[in-house]
Amino acid sequence: MLKSKTFVKKTRSGGVMKIVREHYLRDDIWCGSEVCTECKQESTVLQRDACIESSLCSYPHYLIPDTNVVLHQIDVLEDPVIRNVIILQTVLQEVRHRSAPVYKRLKDIVHEKEKHFYTFTNEHHRETFIEREPGESANDRNDRAIRMASKWYSQHLKTSETGADGLKVVLLTNDQGNKQKAEDNGLLVYKCEEYIKSLIANPELVDHLALSNDEKNEITSSKVLFPEHLPLSKIQAGIKSGSFLQGTFRASRDNYLEATVFVQGEGEDSTEVLLQGLQNLNRAVHQDVVAVQLLPRDQWVAPSSVVLQDEGAAKDDNAEEEDEEKEVTEAARKPTGKVVGIIKRSWRPFCGMLNVAQIKESTRHLFTPADRRIPRIRIETRQAATLAGQRIMVAIDGWPKHSRYPNGHFVRSLGSAGEKDTEQEVLLLEHDVPHQAFSQAVLSFLPKMPWAITPEDMVRREDLRNLTVCSVDPPGCTDIDDALHCRELENGNLEVGVHIADVSHFIRPGNALDKEAANRGTTVYLCGKRIDMVPELLSSNLCSLRSNVERLAFSCIWEMNHKAEILKTRFTKSVINSKASLTYAEAQMRIDDTSMNDDITNSLRGLNKLAKILKKQRIEKGALTLSSLEVRFHIDSETHDPIDLQTKELMETNSMVEEFMLLANISVAQKIYDEFPDCAMLRKHPPPPPSNYDILLKAAKSKEVEIHTDSAKALADSLDVAKVDGFPYFNTLLRILATRCMMQAVYFCSGMDSDFHHYGLASPIYTHFTSPIRRYADIIVHRLLAVAIGADSTYPDLMDKHKQSALSNNLNYRHKMSQYAQRASVAFHTQLFFKSRGILNEEGFVLFVRKNAIIVLIPKFGLEGTVFFDTKDKAAPNLVFDEEIPGVSVPAPDVGPQAKKPKLDR
Amino acid sequence: MGNVVQRRTRGALRRCPFEVCGNMAGLELLSDQGYRLDGRKATELRKVQARMGVFAQADGSAYLEQGNTKALAVVYGPHEMRGSRSRTRHDQAVINCQYSMATFSTAERKRRPHGDRKSTEMSLHLKQTFEAAVMTQLYPRSQIDIYVKILQSDGGNYSVCVNAATLAVIDAGIPMRDYVCACTVGFVDETPLADLCYAEESGGVSSLALALLPRGGQIALLQMDARLHQDHLEALIEAAMTACKGVSKVLDEVVRQHLQEVSVLTGE
Repeated sequence: MLKSKTFVKKTRSGGVMKIVREHYLRDDIWCGSEVCTECKQESTVLQRDACIESSLCSYPHYLIPDTNVVLHQIDVLEDPVIRNVIILQTVLQEVRHRSAPVYKRLKDIVHEKEKHFYTFTNEHHRETFIEREPGESANDRNDRAIRMASKWYSQHLKTSETGADGLKVVLLTNDQGNKQKAEDNGLLVYKCEEYIKSLIANPELVDHLALSNDEKNEITSSKVLFPEHLPLSKIQAGIKSGSFLQGTFRASRDNYLEATVFVQGEGEDSTEVLLQGLQNLNRAVHQDVVAVQLLPRDQWVAPSSVVLQDEGAAKDDNAEEEDEEKEVTEAARKPTGKVVGIIKRSWRPFCGMLNVAQIKESTRHLFTPADRRIPRIRIETRQAATLAGQRIMVAIDGWPKHSRYPNGHFVRSLGSAGEKDTEQEVLLLEHDVPHQAFSQAVLSFLPKMPWAITPEDMVRREDLRNLTVCSVDPPGCTDIDDALHCRELENGNLEVGVHIADVSHFIRPGNALDKEAANRGTTVYLCGKRIDMVPELLSSNLCSLRSNVERLAFSCIWEMNHKAEILKTRFTKSVINSKASLTYAEAQMRIDDTSMNDDITNSLRGLNKLAKILKKQRIEKGALTLSSLEVRFHIDSETHDPIDLQTKELMETNSMVEEFMLLANISVAQKIYDEFPDCAMLRKHPPPPPSNYDILLKAAKSKEVEIHTDSAKALADSLDVAKVDGFPYFNTLLRILATRCMMQAVYFCSGMDSDFHHYGLASPIYTHFTSPIRRYADIIVHRLLAVAIGADSTYPDLMDKHKQSALSNNLNYRHKMSQYAQRASVAFHTQLFFKSRGILNEEGFVLFVRKNAIIVLIPKFGLEGTVFFDTKDKAAPNLVFDEEIPGVSVPAPDVGPQAKKPKLDR
Repeated sequence: MGNVVQRRTRGALRRCPFEVCGNMAGLELLSDQGYRLDGRKATELRKVQARMGVFAQADGSAYLEQGNTKALAVVYGPHEMRGSRSRTRHDQAVINCQYSMATFSTAERKRRPHGDRKSTEMSLHLKQTFEAAVMTQLYPRSQIDIYVKILQSDGGNYSVCVNAATLAVIDAGIPMRDYVCACTVGFVDETPLADLCYAEESGGVSSLALALLPRGGQIALLQMDARLHQDHLEALIEAAMTACKGVSKVLDEVVRQHLQEVSVLTGE
């Protein structure tokens, strides 16, 4: 059954290299159809009654799409209506080379049983394999292979005995030449558009069709708006010779005509190139990998300080650029460039709203994405009337050089705008938060209820049920992952224990539950909703260290003296029985109430005392206390609308819990690093580059306060003394600004990096151990620690530093996205809150000043907004902008108070 | 394996500036349908073809092809010790192996066909393998020379050498405990792949080479220099042993075939 055939292939990889590979052809690749009696296949994928109502094909048929159809029309293929499709190996491989995201989606479809997609390994089938002919291009050869396989299928299905029911295969291609040749070969072939439009029963599919280029969509005048993109080969040569730079395109949130390209240099040195103007942006979309060419030095400009939003084609964009201030100081100028080509698009489906065209009958409409950094997209749809006022998803298909906007197509509708569920869906999708319900496969790995601790569980555990353990959390918290205790030992020292939910006991490595949690990475907290990382049974019940139930825990126990010096550290898996779950306020009350003298209270007092010492030590070492505004909503229990909001209050007990969590994290980090120097999962916080501090320094200077940023310690000290009389909020403001100067803390694998320092905490080593219910990194750390103390065994992926590194990248990404989603959710709820309030007067502070707007912060609501000086109907007041301070002065004194009222623009 | 290292260092010097280069997508070593790059399934070997007695002047010789890897093995001996007499063993024969690669065996011409570190190591491995298999105690104070040359290299050089040398030793009429059969296996997507070709070996697979005396199931040599979690090791060795047994069947057939041909020639 093994036919061997060798063939010779020449590939270029730098130089010419001859690659010889064997290529076996087989007789045992089956067709995958239910109808077939010839093939000895064990299971079939393609159905007998492959019927779909089509005006072109009235008979049952299987579809064979070619590569370009898959690449461009993946949205159509994903639709549940389209079933019984044969994906050829040739197509699959080509898709894999051309686009990783489409490949992933295609694979997902193939795995879905109801879709009946079958992968036919035609390249290794004896009868469908073809060799490339002399003079034939690789693409032509692949097209021929696809035709060959289609032909084989149509004959194969005909010859099989049940051929009577007229099962046929239909080749879908958009290539005119390919179609012609296929017709000559006697194959059934249609253009994708043709076929989809023929599906009479499902007209909505047409909207999913991507606009193809050859159809000549004369959307705008044929005037060429953009310079041509260079071909990849030229870009490659340019980058090699240094005349182009490669980087990630980042559009500006504030100004649609401006963007930066982040060029990753050798090692540490990376530069940012500024791009200004539509021509120079040259159709790049946020997050694309692009090649840029630097402009001559005399054309360099400074980042503009204007806030601009794309209001449509009404404005003449060129004029805008002209009156950009010409006399910028030499220092403010940044390397400026223009995009010459796109190396990799990172287009995804975007959420947003449809702007219905003015003309009623028009089928072409503009779509405004929710993310301001994404340009508006032109789509074609017949259901504009129903889609207006809805949140919809749209994918970009292409951006021709004569079109002001990219062309796209409608993917799906999420629901009507403004509704809480829809908006929540939008922000989860926009931030790429996996939020589907847990699948059956995942749930099958949950422990069976009723659950109880068995003697086997006790084998490697210490029984700590007699200890007076209690937990302190924010009110309403159901996923309690930490609990504490403190008691005096006979020798006069103190024993302090931090007990963390033993999630890794329930989530075993490698199963579906584990994979799902690893993918989700973190629990996402939105206002009034929580997107769990692990199913609720674990997060709110079995792993949650609630009071008066027996729970499995991972304990970190220290012996300390009264000066909070650690004498001994011990880790163990344990069983605990928490005596009380308190809120921060309750715990605070107990500590303050001198009449209470029970075990819990004494334990809390001991902890509190130690925590204060620990905090002092930490701050002496140069740990930063930063500040960011967090607001909490009081949410109506029935309508789920926010009825009131307050900024989070910080109590002593907050910092008490935090202090011990930090201590536990540091102790664990040291332990796992000692044990596994190559594959410990740690967390680091790199110091920010000095230029990051510019905004902070300028802000401080405006009040004649000096901030030192040479080290974390200097920064912390100078922040402490930065106070202005009669302006108590100033210090908090500075801390908020300082937070924005910071870099992101990231997870990493110790074998892949050498710098472990955590800047913010001033700790040489750090990790996350204390919240395994809501963070996956903690689960990994738990597993490592369990192996280190001999309580569990290792598994392959845990010891593989490359896999760990890949995992930490995902966790970092999820973590970042969840924070953004959280912020977006707060912003949305703030707006809901204000919807019913009307105009309020509130005190605000100016954070940044731009030429035509200021960014204002209102501490009471934690709200940050852009306040424009010029509104649509009102001309801008005569303002003088000073780049240096920076500040705006108003010559006429009567326009001042406007800044107090933020315009909620969305 | 020498090729792997070479390839890596070269890759590091000449970085690909693009994320989207065809090669950067990497090769899919095992498709969802269970086919490998060259169309084999995970447990299938490459096509093995062999001939014994290819040279008349040597005591024993064999030529073996395993897919595109081709090797020539020649055996001299047992004969009196040559060179330094000090290596003479009074109770058994000394086995002397030399491994080399033809300069034309790889895609880029090799500069040094033998004597480099890789070849020396390979020679040593071959020596150890055959010391375990050949009944050396029958020939005290003598020496057996095994020379193996890779004519074309496409992965699994060690195993192909062992398989070729086994046939050559048999051709020389030197008694062995059993055939020694070798095979490399790699580990991809939780699946062991038998008999790796060069593209698979260089694709970052942790591979393992195993030489087996199939009848008794004794392992003559086990060599692995990649990282692998110990949980997977057993499955990998199991797969390697199955593959070796497959090889031994083919070799056995070759030997029987050869014997028949020879006896027809000399029988009358």
